[in-house]
Amino acid sequence: MSSYEHYLNKDKLPLFWCRGCGNGIVLQAILRAFAERQLDKKKIVVVTGIGCWGKADDYIDTHTFHGTHGRALAYATGIKLANPELTVVALVGDGDGATIGGNHLIHAARRNVDITTIMVNNFTYGMTGGQYSGTTPDHFLSTTSAYGHVEKPFDVSQLVVAAGAPYVSRTTTYHARQLEKYIGEALDRQNFSFVEAISQCPVHFGRSNQMAQPVETLAWIKENTISVQQSMKLTDEEKVNKFVIGNLVDREQEDYSRRYQKVQELAKRGV
Amino acid sequence: MGKISFVQGNEAIVMGAIDGGARFYAGYPITPSSEIAELASLRLPACDGIYVQMEDEISSMAAIIGASLSGMKAFTATSGPGFSLMQENLGVGLMGEVPCVIVNIQRSGPSTGMATKPAQGDVMQARWGTHGDHGIIVLCPSSVQECYELTIEAFNLSEAFRIPVVLLGDEIIGHLKEKLEVMEPEEIKIINRKQPTGPLSEYKPYDHQNGIAPLANYGGDYLLRVTGSMHDAKGHANNNPQMAENYIRHLSDKVETNKETIVITKKHGLEDAECVIVGYGCTARSALAAMETGRKRGLKIGVLQLVTLWPFPEKEVQEVLSQAKQIIVPELNLGQVVSEVKKLNQWQTQIVAVNRVDGKNIHPDEILSAIGEARHV
Repeated sequence: MSSYEHYLNKDKLPLFWCRGCGNGIVLQAILRAFAERQLDKKKIVVVTGIGCWGKADDYIDTHTFHGTHGRALAYATGIKLANPELTVVALVGDGDGATIGGNHLIHAARRNVDITTIMVNNFTYGMTGGQYSGTTPDHFLSTTSAYGHVEKPFDVSQLVVAAGAPYVSRTTTYHARQLEKYIGEALDRQNFSFVEAISQCPVHFGRSNQMAQPVETLAWIKENTISVQQSMKLTDEEKVNKFVIGNLVDREQEDYSRRYQKVQELAKRGV
Repeated sequence: MGKISFVQGNEAIVMGAIDGGARFYAGYPITPSSEIAELASLRLPACDGIYVQMEDEISSMAAIIGASLSGMKAFTATSGPGFSLMQENLGVGLMGEVPCVIVNIQRSGPSTGMATKPAQGDVMQARWGTHGDHGIIVLCPSSVQECYELTIEAFNLSEAFRIPVVLLGDEIIGHLKEKLEVMEPEEIKIINRKQPTGPLSEYKPYDHQNGIAPLANYGGDYLLRVTGSMHDAKGHANNNPQMAENYIRHLSDKVETNKETIVITKKHGLEDAECVIVGYGCTARSALAAMETGRKRGLKIGVLQLVTLWPFPEKEVQEVLSQAKQIIVPELNLGQVVSEVKKLNQWQTQIVAVNRVDGKNIHPDEILSAIGEARHV
């Protein structure tokens, strides 16, 4: 029985992320979910985008692909369709996956290719110095919204549900064990599955918003987190800037590869 | 040779791709290349292949890179606006050294331009469109038969040199219908990427000390790390200056130092030619017609057809520059190849450009009258 360390590139440690960053928590949750299932690392491909979280593949000892900003799901689509036996895991951030890569995200969800997508949402572009992203909350400060942000954020998980994804769950780095459980469920589904991990970036998002200590950012996340059940009792106004955690959808569907197999059979019969 | 058919250039490209071993297509419809997508969607599933229509050309280029690394030979097809979107991930294919084929059926640009009209305005974009220094291979068909044969060649070169190869067609050749004679399977030379051997832990996908490094497949025993970031021999991100310098030079040198193997040209009537027309794609056809008419009038005309545009066939162009009195370069752009020819002219040979950018092909008479003009100079 191998532990999560079996999937860890130990010679690349220490992690290059800032002190107090949530990425390490998500990374461990992923590797623990691999270990719990005793996945064969030769059958896993981890695909990353660009950004702080896009560096995660440096620490993962499986097949890896590190491409361009926002396109992880597009590479993952080709990787998975060409070899459906692979476990394909796409690691994306909020700028990467929901902003520049938003179009790929909704189409990947709609197309239902069996990819496990794990999005770290820390509300900021950390790698470039803390500018606002597509998930930065209204009124919050960043290095490009020093007077207060004037856009509304995406509720990314709800967006992915609306786009047709069969499995979507959201939780936070404060709820590390629940995160591991959801990542495991996402790996188990033979469908496009999406886990959003609300995470702390104390150095950029936190510092701009008077919570520069990691604990302060994490406490802010915890205080604003509500369960799916609690959210049902709230009005839309009361839900603004709240993080609704839990499983949002879990529906079985035939994934793209299984459906396309039937296309291949029809084509071979000359229909 | 095998079965004879009467097909479009775009159809011949799909037939060549499948005969050349391609089993994966990802693309986004665009005029004048859409017939490639349509035929690929019909034919690929019948041979256990996959067609997927992506949300744009950015993701199409990404998907073929992914599929290729899973071990399926992969291609896409597009035209100007889509080729612009593909430049981002074309760079990833070059930096990650991923074999794949990109077909660009050129149309009039810039921007939306004239979507149904031919042009050859993407010659420099195919060479330098993605940012940073790199080598690239670009092939240019001028007949339906060449569409078929050069697509097979494109896959072979991409596998041999672990590089994206661009098949640079144009609207005229893409939509041209003429005779195609496909090859029998045993007649087709297929090159496959080298596979790694040796201890699993020592595999280095970017160690090119003994020729182009083997490329493992995702899902195989050798763990494969591919990245568009600067990387070491194992595929780990690394910004070491000396390593970066060596690697960028490798990306260029692997093409430039293998010109002898890569470059294809076709020579017509060069033996006694005083005037040589240097043509490619649709303008090579105008050139051949001009040669035929001109020779009937007693003019000593030859044609050098550039089948490979990049790496540029310097040696072959220098040969005609040194031997002919006059070089004519007809192009459906404002002079993208003629400027390359001029760079090589150490013999004060007269070089005349014949250009059109109005969405129409160059008539052979326009080339012949350029010869006439020059004789009176």
